[in-house]
Amino acid sequence: MSCQVKPIVAIETSCDETAVAVYQLGEGLLSQALFSQVELHALYGGVVPELAARDHVARLPELFQKALSDANLQVGDIGGVAYTAGPGLVGAVMTGASFGRSIAQTLGVPEVPVHHLEGHILSVLLDGAIELRPFPWLTLLVSGGHTLLIRVDGWGRYSVIGESIDDAVGEAFDKAAMVLGFDYPGGRALAELAASGDDGAVRFARPMLAKGSLDFSFSGLKTAFATQHKKMRHSNEDLAASYQAAIVDVLVKKVLLACDAVSPNLLVLAGGVAANQRLRDELAAVRGVKVVAPAMAYCTDNAAMIAVAGALRQAGGGVESVSGVRARWDLSELSGFAVESQFFALDEA
Amino acid sequence: MVVTLRWESLGDTEAFAKWFAKAVPANSILFLEGELGAGKTTTTRAILRAAGVEGAIKSPTYTLVESYEVGTRHYHHLDLYRLADPEELDYLGFADLCNSDSTVLIEWAERGEGVLPAPFGKVTLRFDEEARVVTLSGELAALWLQTHQS
Repeated sequence: MSCQVKPIVAIETSCDETAVAVYQLGEGLLSQALFSQVELHALYGGVVPELAARDHVARLPELFQKALSDANLQVGDIGGVAYTAGPGLVGAVMTGASFGRSIAQTLGVPEVPVHHLEGHILSVLLDGAIELRPFPWLTLLVSGGHTLLIRVDGWGRYSVIGESIDDAVGEAFDKAAMVLGFDYPGGRALAELAASGDDGAVRFARPMLAKGSLDFSFSGLKTAFATQHKKMRHSNEDLAASYQAAIVDVLVKKVLLACDAVSPNLLVLAGGVAANQRLRDELAAVRGVKVVAPAMAYCTDNAAMIAVAGALRQAGGGVESVSGVRARWDLSELSGFAVESQFFALDEA
Repeated sequence: MVVTLRWESLGDTEAFAKWFAKAVPANSILFLEGELGAGKTTTTRAILRAAGVEGAIKSPTYTLVESYEVGTRHYHHLDLYRLADPEELDYLGFADLCNSDSTVLIEWAERGEGVLPAPFGKVTLRFDEEARVVTLSGELAALWLQTHQS
């Protein structure tokens, strides 16, 4: 009889959100408590103190209590504490890491430092019914801070094969939204506006496509958008639709190029921009590879994905040793780990 | 003291960047101002390239600070747009960035008003028809005049 894996608690404070989640391998997500920007907006009258480690500190104990009680657990039921150990803003990461370590030491359970981006890559596993495929996988990780094409050769084995040389794709969305007068981060508002526009109104250049490289560049596209907006020849809807079309077009073409290079059995989407419907639709239409994406709620930063990554590393002999936190942390430095097929099986198509 | 320049092309930006990398001493802070698309990031990138930075120069909008090392010199590129309170600069460890061998380039410095020290100079960019109108101020302007008087 295999002994049941105890639940793990995870803390995520790497950037804008403070979150705690409880997850159990074989069972799934048991609870999560999030102190979201929305609540911060209400509290501070529209100003988001994104860096305020003070807020992270103040919120963590009550979020921890809430996550446990929502999961119907006592502290003694916890088998480990995962926390984001980097990369990210040292002040913010340090807060969650210190809290996580203190809890682990107090309870006498292992601490599991997690790479924030590995959390994103594995966030699709929060769908317990997901059908996986054997490695290699190709992950497109797109968010406000990252635009990465990652080759996944095994559990915990990553290599970045393409990335943005300047602005991240989410930033390109957010900054164009800023030009249109939306509050930062307004990428989602821009995408909503785009839904009612003509995506052929303006032909924006598709940066870096000609070179055949897997790297991205979005800085010039953002400037082109600002220039077009100043000319006032097109409606905001048409501008937004055309701009989104250019961005999605670049992402899809690079994914196709990367598929040629990697021949993945699975294409995995992750990160806040993975919530973009047009991107999802266009990638879903890519032939010859199965595409999976996390539920919308797990695209943006969350503790549930940190919990999954932490639980797998703890169970599979892959706990990283990190002293302090890592402001910079290369994905390729991570060690591989084993995952029992009773938890996640890799099925041939 | 203020100096006004007109950059017609990327070449003009790069020429300024070359001058900046050579003439401006270490341990100095530069503010870059102007609306989105005015050329703050382009100018910063040109300066970093001229200073010898190789590889990707990523936007610091999300990370707030991106740092580079060239020999013994350190360059820090900050974008404070997402800063809600100047006090948050403390959480960034801003004080540790400013030392005798570092040059600090700051976009959206107005968000750090009250906590940021006075800069060596300021570059204000404005897009005017087909050219960038560039205003230099502070010691930077004086240094420009000094090295461009023959």
